[in-house]
Amino acid sequence: MPKNTDGRILLGHGGGGKMTGRLIRELILPRLDRGQLGQLPDSVVLSGLGDRIAYTTDSFVVSPIFFPGGNIGSLSVHGTCNDLSCSGARPVFLSLGLILEEGFPMARLQAILESVAEAADEAGVAVVTGDTKVVPRGSADGIFINTSGIGRIERPLSLSPSRISEGDQILVSGPVGNHGMAVMLSRAEFSFDFDLESDSASVWPVVERLLNLGEGLKFLRDPTRGGIAATLNEIAASSGKGVRVDESAIPVDESVAAASEILGIDPFQAANEGKIVVVVGKGLGEEALHLLSDCPVARGAALIGEVTTANPSKVVLTTRIGGSRIMAEPSGELLPRIC
Amino acid sequence: MNPRDERRTAQALASEIKDLARKHSGQMRFMEVCGTHTMAIHAAGLKSLFPESVKLVSGPGCPVCVTEKRFIDHAILLAAKYDACVTTFGDLVRVPGSSGSLTTFRSEGGTVRVVYSPLDAVEVAVAQSPRPTVFLGVGFETTIPTVAATLKAALARGVENFYVLPAFKTIHPPLRILAAKDDLHGFLLPGHVSAIIGSDCFSYLVDDFHKPGVIGGFEPLDILLALRDLVSMTVRGTSAIVNDYKRVVRADGNRAARDILYDVFEPADASWRGLGVIPGSGLAFKGPYTRFDAAAHFPVNVPESKDDPRCLCAAILTGSKTPDRCGLFGKECTPEDPVGPCMVSSEGTCAAYYKYGAV
Repeated sequence: MPKNTDGRILLGHGGGGKMTGRLIRELILPRLDRGQLGQLPDSVVLSGLGDRIAYTTDSFVVSPIFFPGGNIGSLSVHGTCNDLSCSGARPVFLSLGLILEEGFPMARLQAILESVAEAADEAGVAVVTGDTKVVPRGSADGIFINTSGIGRIERPLSLSPSRISEGDQILVSGPVGNHGMAVMLSRAEFSFDFDLESDSASVWPVVERLLNLGEGLKFLRDPTRGGIAATLNEIAASSGKGVRVDESAIPVDESVAAASEILGIDPFQAANEGKIVVVVGKGLGEEALHLLSDCPVARGAALIGEVTTANPSKVVLTTRIGGSRIMAEPSGELLPRIC
Repeated sequence: MNPRDERRTAQALASEIKDLARKHSGQMRFMEVCGTHTMAIHAAGLKSLFPESVKLVSGPGCPVCVTEKRFIDHAILLAAKYDACVTTFGDLVRVPGSSGSLTTFRSEGGTVRVVYSPLDAVEVAVAQSPRPTVFLGVGFETTIPTVAATLKAALARGVENFYVLPAFKTIHPPLRILAAKDDLHGFLLPGHVSAIIGSDCFSYLVDDFHKPGVIGGFEPLDILLALRDLVSMTVRGTSAIVNDYKRVVRADGNRAARDILYDVFEPADASWRGLGVIPGSGLAFKGPYTRFDAAAHFPVNVPESKDDPRCLCAAILTGSKTPDRCGLFGKECTPEDPVGPCMVSSEGTCAAYYKYGAV
């Protein structure tokens, strides 16, 4: 923990970057890890329960609660479905835990629940259990949601960073940074007008198609907090290989690029809620793109780089003008309450 | 320009720099004075395109980096003693003071608001009224005219509870000191600051120190062009002030902005992290604007602060060392747990090295 701040949680501890990592490794895992937790997967594959079952949980504290392209309700469905999908599991069941602040308008709750229903129907999951708590005014900020999800692993595959090897290709399922930028711009303190929506969506249709690659599909991750920079660094660090990506190949919508310039936020570090970063075997990149060509959620998918033996555990970006530099893991309080 | 043309032009400039450098024996060391340049250079991976003999070192033009630890202490002590609301640009909130940053002050119950312009800070003051609201006045000639204009507006509007804790800096005094250093052969001059102060005012670099200075923009190609001109002059043994950023910078700069600045402020001595007190390098309130001076209005005893003796910020801000030479870099000093401000600021040299690395 930072030396200046012993004994207190800072916003950065929830940022999904290095501070979060330290909190988990130094405080949580030593007490709770009995073998499976310490692998820190997006969702865990449960063994000994018959069918192969994946299980995950996620909490949602996004501010503002409603943003262009979604709200905390749809986000809480998509986020959990995407964690399951990245383990190669079809999302099937969800739980829904609501923490409501006294005084929260009923009409807003109703709108949020309608979004939950719509998102769940579209993703093919059922909300099968839940809980509701109300806390006194000031003890929460409107509404917080926790969802947990159970998914079915239809095709046993080992999606593990240990299978990543030199020459593997990396792709992203569409333009990056939209969710993070849309949420930032919809905050009251910014008065910019951009035509920009969150990409919040279930990525299961993308994963389902990619599973046709069989063993050629090596790794999947949804680049939420910390954006693709965090995910690519995770791939490099956990595989021990180098990652080289080409700046001009990474899709970024024009509106996201413009907003990122004004806000000074790197679109590669901004959150996504409907994208995945995929590692496929050498030479399989084009086939993967072909599999995604009819998938609306993967519109704009692109090959962005490859796995190298050079620069182990590092992500190197070839810049627009042909220079090289490190793409670092984002740290600390970049964008609080983005999901 | 389409991406392919941009890449082609960049490669052409890079090879021109290499060809020129071959004609020169020995190292050429140039300083990019401005923190925005530092970030742009690293973000574009420009250093990977330069030959071994061309080195770029960072200068003192990042306002957060040259702000002393004691200034953070001052802000926190003042806010605590007078229950003031602190407003500031985002970069300052994580800069370590002697015992914690503004972020830790906030987590302990202090009120700290990040604003995006000084005008926002006045609006916060109006909303907080009558509680005193103190804006942390950090910046160079680029930022200060906006602050000055804001103070004029606040005076006219009669906002009674708005104050500024000043740590403003001007660029010429430290640049004169750095220009005297033998191991610096030329300067990539700050584009935004020059938009206000103009290009003519840098003539002392040539007249007194015989060193070239090039004003450059912030796009990768702007920077490569400026570097080409610096290398070219150095190889030929000539010196001049060249303005490669004419689309923004005029010879006499922006007179109206300077007039506003000097309506509100007058030169004063200022203390720079890494450089110490430089006469005439800061700004003090004058005339009716002294009423905004938070330091004068809210007296507080701020003890002398000590920097960690192992922190090389001072040597880094003056271009004598690069961050990778610092024993704390990346180990005890990281962006989430910084020892010095150069690791925190979005324009800081250490932050640039940490974020973008060297390949």
